[in-house]
Parts: sequence; structure tokens; C-alpha cells
Amino acid sequence: MIRVVLPAHLRTLARVDGEVMVELNRPPTLGAVLDALENSFPVLQGTIRDHVTHKRRDFVRFFACEEDLSHEPPTVSLPPAVVNGTEPLLIVGAIAGG
Amino acid sequence: MSGVRVLVGTKKGAFVLTADGKRKNWEVSGPHFGGWEIYHVKGSPADPNRLYASQSSGWFGQVLQRSDDGGKTWQVPGGEAMPAPDSGGRPGQSNKFVYEGEVGKHLWYDGSPHPWEFKRVWHLEPSLTDPDTVYAGVEDAALFRSTDGAATWHELSGLRHHGSGPAWQPGAGGLAVHTVLLDPTNPQRMFVAISAAGVFRSEDGAQTWQATNRGLQSQYIPNPEAEVGHCVHRIAMHRSRPQVLFMQKHWDVMRTDDGADSWREISGNLPTDFGFVIDVHAHEPETVYVVPIKSDSEHYPPDGALRVYRSRTGGNEWEPLTNGLPQRDCYVNVLRDAMSIDALDPCGVYFGTTGGQVYGSPDGGDTWAPIVRDLPAVLSVEVQTLS
Repeated sequence: MIRVVLPAHLRTLARVDGEVMVELNRPPTLGAVLDALENSFPVLQGTIRDHVTHKRRDFVRFFACEEDLSHEPPTVSLPPAVVNGTEPLLIVGAIAGG
Repeated sequence: MSGVRVLVGTKKGAFVLTADGKRKNWEVSGPHFGGWEIYHVKGSPADPNRLYASQSSGWFGQVLQRSDDGGKTWQVPGGEAMPAPDSGGRPGQSNKFVYEGEVGKHLWYDGSPHPWEFKRVWHLEPSLTDPDTVYAGVEDAALFRSTDGAATWHELSGLRHHGSGPAWQPGAGGLAVHTVLLDPTNPQRMFVAISAAGVFRSEDGAQTWQATNRGLQSQYIPNPEAEVGHCVHRIAMHRSRPQVLFMQKHWDVMRTDDGADSWREISGNLPTDFGFVIDVHAHEPETVYVVPIKSDSEHYPPDGALRVYRSRTGGNEWEPLTNGLPQRDCYVNVLRDAMSIDALDPCGVYFGTTGGQVYGSPDGGDTWAPIVRDLPAVLSVEVQTLS
């Protein structure tokens, strides 16, 4: 199981508290986690990445193990600590404002 | 017992204001969807408990919300993990707005061609007869329709594929379909308004469209009388006379008596003919309301005095309505979708400001009082008359 931390507004939208857990039946890549997340929570489709192109929305970031995966392709493998559940994948709303 | 429900969209959530027919004591619920921009909330004329809300955010994009109990509870259609068989449509599609066919290009600010790109839903217009059918006017300018309660959307691409589409250009606020008017006497007939393209009319259920801007004069485009390019801010119709439309343009207040074949100016004695909102009295088709704004760069009332202007003559002769409105040091704006009219007698008039006030008048504009004073900036106001 992969642990995913959603930003507050998306937790509200998905009607969940705290972390969510997603199960993968394919190699643990960033794209596979997002696919599984949207499959479990259809309301999140289009809010993290584009419906059609799957391009990450401009002001959404993906962090894991203190690394920024935002600009990695969806085929990038997740760090082992995320795969084994020690660390979560963080989905973050980019900082805005002054 | 009669009453009203005022649906308010703001920069940081939606609010529902309810009162009985006296419209003196109000209950306020919200914020719904706190922290999100709510461009528009509107109820179905066919089922007043059915509401639709456009929720959006610079971070997370577009979300569509629906209520089946008058705004007490909300759900994203198709958003549940296992959609109920009668929920309509496929899961997770209610915010999927995909342009149909060749996407094409419109003009960008610098005059270069720019691909159409969906940004948000500005306006939701529920069908007059079917609660599950609703139209969405979106940015970049296009018209979509759902027939399954907002679970899925399909573009009515005849509008965007109107021959003038490549010449449409955004104004400062973007390129958006912001007004959708349905003809209550003819289900095949509808009007939309686009900033900054103009008014378009369909006579065949939104399959094909005609630009209907003859008579408009806009000094900010190379040809002031061009077929398209006019920054129409809002159009309004009285349901008993769908041939007569009133318009607040970037500058100029206009009217048509022939279903938008031709327009004429009715600004008359207004202190300024710039503004955003315009609406029509529920029982007097020749009584019209506007809120004059000082200029296109000074988006506040002239002299710091918030005044609604009313014409009882279908335009040209306007009277200021000030009783209960701030008459000094007021520098708020009233945005294009932020005025609405109830159908009680006497008719109620409502508008919201960028300063977070929602004002109501239970007597056709003679007297005003704030319903709420300190909401986030108000983007839209709609009212439902409840029996």
C-alpha cells in the first residue's frame, strides 16, 4: 500500500481525513499512484492533472522523501521508502501569495 | 408560505441566504466550498431544490457541484467511488470540459493565434423545463450542455465554430461565455454573450449561431461597428417579451426590440454608461436596473456613492435609487452576474459587491438594506422565488 497525503482542499473534496492508502497492481511509478488514486476517488479526476493529457496542473507539486518529483515523467519509479510505506507521497498545492 | 432563496457566489465560497416573503429577516448558510472561487450558483426553474454551482481554483481547476435539497447538502455528480445507478453518467467526469472537434485558435492579447484552452465555468443556466439539463458558459469562450444533472458535459461546438471564432479576443477578464438566455416561448431559441466578442443567437437549439451585434459601437476596436469584438458585459430579458433584450456593454446601455437583429442606445441621463450588471423587473417589462460604474479603469461608483439606477420607461430616463445604500466613501464594484430579481409582489431586487455586501430591496428598489455585509468579494447573485 502506498500512503498519499492530499492537500486540505482535495481531502475535503474526496471526503477523507488524513492520509489515503492506494494499492497498486503494477510497478510503483508516480503515474500508477495517480491512476489508482483517481480510480479510488473519481472526484479527484481533473483536479491534480488534466483529464485528457494527464499533464500536472501548474500549481500542484509532488514531493517524496524530501525530493521534488513534480517535473519527473509519470513513468518515474517512486522511492523505495514510499513503495514500502515508510514515507508518504505528498501532493501539495504550490505556494502562492506573499 | 412564499419566500426567497438568494444564492451567492464569492471569491472564497458560496452562501445561501433565505427569508420569508417579507424579506426582512434572513438566515445565512455557508461558506459552502470554503476557499474556492464560486463563479455562479443557480437553481433549476423546473425544480427549485435542484441547484448547480461552479467551483474553481487556480490550484485544482474546475469542480461542478449539485444539490437536490435546495443547498442543504451538495455532491459532485459522479464523484462517489461507486456511483449510484441513477446518478447519471460515468464517474469523475463532471469537471471534464473537452472542446469538440478541431480545437482551433482565437486571438491572444498580442494579436497572435492562441489555442482554445478550457479554464473555468463562468455561468450555469439550467433548462426551463428539465432539472437534469443545464448549460455552461465557459472560458475560453464556448457553450457546453449536460443532460444528466451535470455528470457529463458535451460542447455545443456550433458557437465556437461560428466563422468569426478565430477573431475573438479576450478582454481584461478573459474570453468567456458569461451570459446564457433561454427563450421561454421557443425552446430552439437562445442567446449568449461573450466578452469580448458580443451577442450571438441560435434559432436551432444551439446548433448554429448568428452574430447579432448590429447597432453596437465600440471605440476600443479598429472598426467600432464590427460584426464581433464588442465587450458585452451582460444581457437581460423579461420572460414575457423574449424579443426585447437589454444590454450593459463595456460602455453604453443598449436595447433591442427585434430579438437582437438591431440594438439602440438607451444610456440617456445615466451619470456614466459603464457598468456590468443589468436586469429587468419581474412584473414590469419596461423597468430596468443598472449600477453605473465610473469608468473602465475606475471600477467603483461615481462620487463614492453606491446608486442603482432604475428606468421605468425601458431606458433613456433613469432615476437614482439611494435609500439605504452608502452615499459616501464607497468604492466597490458590482460584477456582471451579481444582480438578480425575485418574482414576489412587490418585486425584490438583489445585488452583491466586491466589498462583500449583498443588498436587497423588497420594494422594487425604493429602499435597500444589507442582507450581509462582510462576505468575500461577491462574484454572482441569483435568487429563487419559493412558494
